[in-house]
Amino acid sequence: MSFSSRPILSMVLSRLGLGLLSLVIVSLVIFSAVALLPGSYASAILGQNATAEAVAAMEEQLGLNDPWFLRFLRWLGAAATGDMGMSFAGRPVMDVIGPRLVNTVVLAAITAAIAVPLSIALGIVCARYRGRFIDKFLSTTTLASISIPEFFVAYIVMMLLAVKLQLFPSMAGIRASMDWGDQLYRMVLPILTLLLVILAHMVRNTRAAILSVMASPYIEMARLKGEPESRVVMRQALPNAIGPIASVVALNLAYLISGVVVIEVVFVYPGIGQAMIDSVRNRDVPVIQACALIFAAAYIGFNLIADVISIVSNPRLLHPR
Amino acid sequence: MDATARPVSTPRLTRFLHLLRSAPLTAQFGMVVTLAYALVALFAPLIAPYGEVEVVSRVPFDGWSAEHLLGTDQLGRDFLSRLIYGARNSISIALITTILSLTLGCLLGMFAALVGGLVDQVLSRIVDALMSVPELIFILMILSILGGSILNLILIIAVLTSTRFYRISRAAALNVASLDFVEAARARGEGSLWIAVNEILPNILPLILSELGMRFCFIFLNIAALSFLGVGIQPPTAEWGSMVRDNAALINMGNVTPLIPAAAIALLAIAVNFVVDWMLNRASGLSEEA
Amino acid sequence: MPDPVIRIDNLHIDARANDAWSAIVRGVSLAVHPGEVLGLVGESGAGKSTIGLAALGYLRPGARVSGGSVHLLGQDLLALPESERRRFRGTQVAYVAQSAQAAFNPVHRLMDQIVAVAVDRGGLTRAEAEERAVTLFTALRLPDPAQFGDRYPHQVSGGQLQRAMVAMALICNPALIVFDEPTTALDVTTQVEVLISIRKVIQDFGVAAIYITHDLAVVAQIAHRVAVLRHGAVVEEAPIARIMDAPQHPYTRSLWAVHELPVDAAGAHDRKGAPLLDIRDLAARYKQFQVLTDISLQVGRGETVALVGESGSGKSTLGRVIVGLKEPAAGTLTYDGQPLAPTVARRPLPTIRRIQIIYQSADTALNPRHSVRRILGRPLTLYHGLRGARREARVQELLRLVEMEPTHADRLPGQLSGGQKQRVAIARALAAEPELIICDEITSALDKVVQAEVLRMLLVLQARLGVSFLFITHDIEVVRAVADRVVVMQAGRIVEQGEKARVFAPPHEPYTETLLASVPEMAVGWLDRIIAGRAA
Repeated sequence: MSFSSRPILSMVLSRLGLGLLSLVIVSLVIFSAVALLPGSYASAILGQNATAEAVAAMEEQLGLNDPWFLRFLRWLGAAATGDMGMSFAGRPVMDVIGPRLVNTVVLAAITAAIAVPLSIALGIVCARYRGRFIDKFLSTTTLASISIPEFFVAYIVMMLLAVKLQLFPSMAGIRASMDWGDQLYRMVLPILTLLLVILAHMVRNTRAAILSVMASPYIEMARLKGEPESRVVMRQALPNAIGPIASVVALNLAYLISGVVVIEVVFVYPGIGQAMIDSVRNRDVPVIQACALIFAAAYIGFNLIADVISIVSNPRLLHPR
Repeated sequence: MDATARPVSTPRLTRFLHLLRSAPLTAQFGMVVTLAYALVALFAPLIAPYGEVEVVSRVPFDGWSAEHLLGTDQLGRDFLSRLIYGARNSISIALITTILSLTLGCLLGMFAALVGGLVDQVLSRIVDALMSVPELIFILMILSILGGSILNLILIIAVLTSTRFYRISRAAALNVASLDFVEAARARGEGSLWIAVNEILPNILPLILSELGMRFCFIFLNIAALSFLGVGIQPPTAEWGSMVRDNAALINMGNVTPLIPAAAIALLAIAVNFVVDWMLNRASGLSEEA
Repeated sequence: MPDPVIRIDNLHIDARANDAWSAIVRGVSLAVHPGEVLGLVGESGAGKSTIGLAALGYLRPGARVSGGSVHLLGQDLLALPESERRRFRGTQVAYVAQSAQAAFNPVHRLMDQIVAVAVDRGGLTRAEAEERAVTLFTALRLPDPAQFGDRYPHQVSGGQLQRAMVAMALICNPALIVFDEPTTALDVTTQVEVLISIRKVIQDFGVAAIYITHDLAVVAQIAHRVAVLRHGAVVEEAPIARIMDAPQHPYTRSLWAVHELPVDAAGAHDRKGAPLLDIRDLAARYKQFQVLTDISLQVGRGETVALVGESGSGKSTLGRVIVGLKEPAAGTLTYDGQPLAPTVARRPLPTIRRIQIIYQSADTALNPRHSVRRILGRPLTLYHGLRGARREARVQELLRLVEMEPTHADRLPGQLSGGQKQRVAIARALAAEPELIICDEITSALDKVVQAEVLRMLLVLQARLGVSFLFITHDIEVVRAVADRVVVMQAGRIVEQGEKARVFAPPHEPYTETLLASVPEMAVGWLDRIIAGRAA
């Protein structure tokens, strides 16, 4: 199976390669950001004990005198195995952000599990009943919703459900010691907020993807063959829209990553977003780097998935002449 | 292809006014609101009852009263005045950033489209790499290391956003460049710069204007979010995002005052988005009505 | 006379543009009886497609019926609700669209799409429907009928896909098929095959048909009766023989126009002196693909050389190489005795001025944001340094030259008709005062009537200004009307070239033979002769 006979394989592989390249470049930038620090890395770690000899010894120990590309490769290699070095506060970075990462992933996963099927269903409804009230209503409200800053949504949710109605706690301080039910209860508000934020984007995009497929001439042909409208949407339009929709869903999940930061801050949810903000406040550079790397990897990963789905769902590439 | 010719063009101003009046309700609402915000931003010193950083009361977090219509903030400053000055600061910074990124992105985009070849490939790869980073995270990282001055903020956001303008102006220019009248101009012996300005630019302008509106919203929201997180515009400059954070404690007490700057952010973004949505629908020939 | 399959009575349809409704179908009355083919002829914008779709009880968004009725098999379609109308579509009345590529869903196999209606509402089982489909494939002379349905739309050629669409229309044995310009988008040689197939199945299955086209020669081969449509109204309707021999209405008669152009009686130009343009052994590539090979031809002063070929012959590429937009891989270009630099960038402005090009589609060849004045003024300033009042005077002169009004100078291209836009494009080329104009399919996008006018104007201009034309076209009728010499191209090579009379007279090269034979003649029975010729 050579590349020329299967163009789809070569396209997917080259896209994967591009993604990998992007990741390397981005990690290079993240790594080099340290160079912008005023003062030296070693003195920052030592803090109060930063005498000249201690600094020199620390630099030697950390291998800070080696050429930069060597340090970069070492850092990258370590990061790939999960060792992100030591934070300025003295603990291994992975210990600090490990559990936080898990929390954020759980939050994002639950939100995505609800948001994806819901937004696709709503997108289909909008396309099926194009121009009618439900479509106009959803179009206008989603357009308004994407203009609303995440913290606004968060505070309104908090104001209504936590303060006025007192249904849920306004701080989502979960701990590993709590049982699942208790943790879930505290997570309701952040999940709801994240859901509202991302649903608006997703519904707009799935609606647009399906509508653009519905504008294709073979859709009119199906109607001229007498197919009922719901069949036209489900059997003719949807199979063509799967590619664009999946791609759009992946893109929105990538957007989820930055949205999660603000929400974690508002609800004081112990996730990686909160960790990043805390480390930004404390100028704890290794932690900032680690968080940035994780976020960037996830973002690049989702974009990659989106592009690959686009490629694989093209019938011309799936079944070449 | 139409078999009949249409009548001669009416004067530009009349056409423009007719255009405004034919816009859907949402777009008209958007235009009015945007104009109102612009006026507030322009005439802030004349409208605000007190100064931007003036500590006017000994009572922080004071309730709404006759002297202080929206009460006072955490340092005893007049909330309403800070809100009004916040309009000026937030909008002007977002506007400057947007225009900067527009210029940078569009110039490079059209240039890449026209020149093609290696230059185009290299530029596009750099842009792809910049775009593959989550914006907020990247900005957080750089600002935390460099420090959150207004200049840094503007420059970083402008560079990152210029990638969007690059993409869209390059795609639009390539699209237009493939049309016959551009080739006809080349066949005529016209130079690249002349073609870019006279043939391509007038045709991609509507698309760029809508993207301008959308990016302004995003930048505006991003700056608010950054300030909310403490990394954006630093105190004592009045900024809506940081005002929300500073007064967030009031929310737990059931006071909506800190939500007002948040609502102000949302309202402007909604207004601009409504106008942009209308412009896009017109440009693509689609209509929200069936 | 049995009852008509479809009867359209005094149909009025309006379309909405911005906020105003305008009539696009005005009081049309038609009837088609079983086994009969009605040809519907007219220019684009005349309302033919709208009427064709109305026969299925279907209106495009933004259109409404403001009067009249459509009776299909005795039922008043327009009085029924949409859900009832749907029952007829695909089963009793079917539609064959102009572009097969656009009509098939790219993610489903052909067989699935073709049998869908028969299985869902036609009462056939899947096996029965597939069997019927294969029978139709064979009747339509498609390759490998048993396996044809397994393919995807993008895996078959344009002509095959068009026939697949005919199969899809016939699967439920409808009483009426509406053919909407089914061969317009196809090459001449492919068109013949599809026409033969359509003609055959209409006869075999005895189905009634409405055949919509703008090409009279084509309709003469298929239809029993013809209705001529203009601006949404029927101006004449008659049996095919009478329409061909004795058209009554002046508009019908004008549709013959292109055949009445004054063919240059003098024929041979005295080609004194050296040729203006001399091409030797030219070759061109696009990436790895060889687009032109061994091209050698000349164009003399004041003469018209027609470059004929189908799509893929490389004729357009040759035009672009001459004008300097594409660099040749090999060969030489000589203009007026001097070597011609391969790209525009390397040619001096006075040389560029002498060779101009006009494109096929004036819609894309004129900048939609420039007024006519600006479009014409630019070459005047660029080549002749004219400004101000003198330039304005010249702009007005040019407008008169192409038979347009002074008021047109202020308009934007979007406010002009197709023919007017092309005249502006011609005027723009003339503004440079060139010696050689390359016309790249300039009349192909125009309707027959407008085409004839534009060609007539070009001949007049040539007589006045002594300009040479390199006329790139695929239309043999146009070549007959305007050319002095003819160059026939196929797959990037020159097959034959010479004086027009000689090339068009036998003996021909095999490809020229095929090309000339594929052009439908304006005579009834031409297709029958071809079919008979093949059976022999």
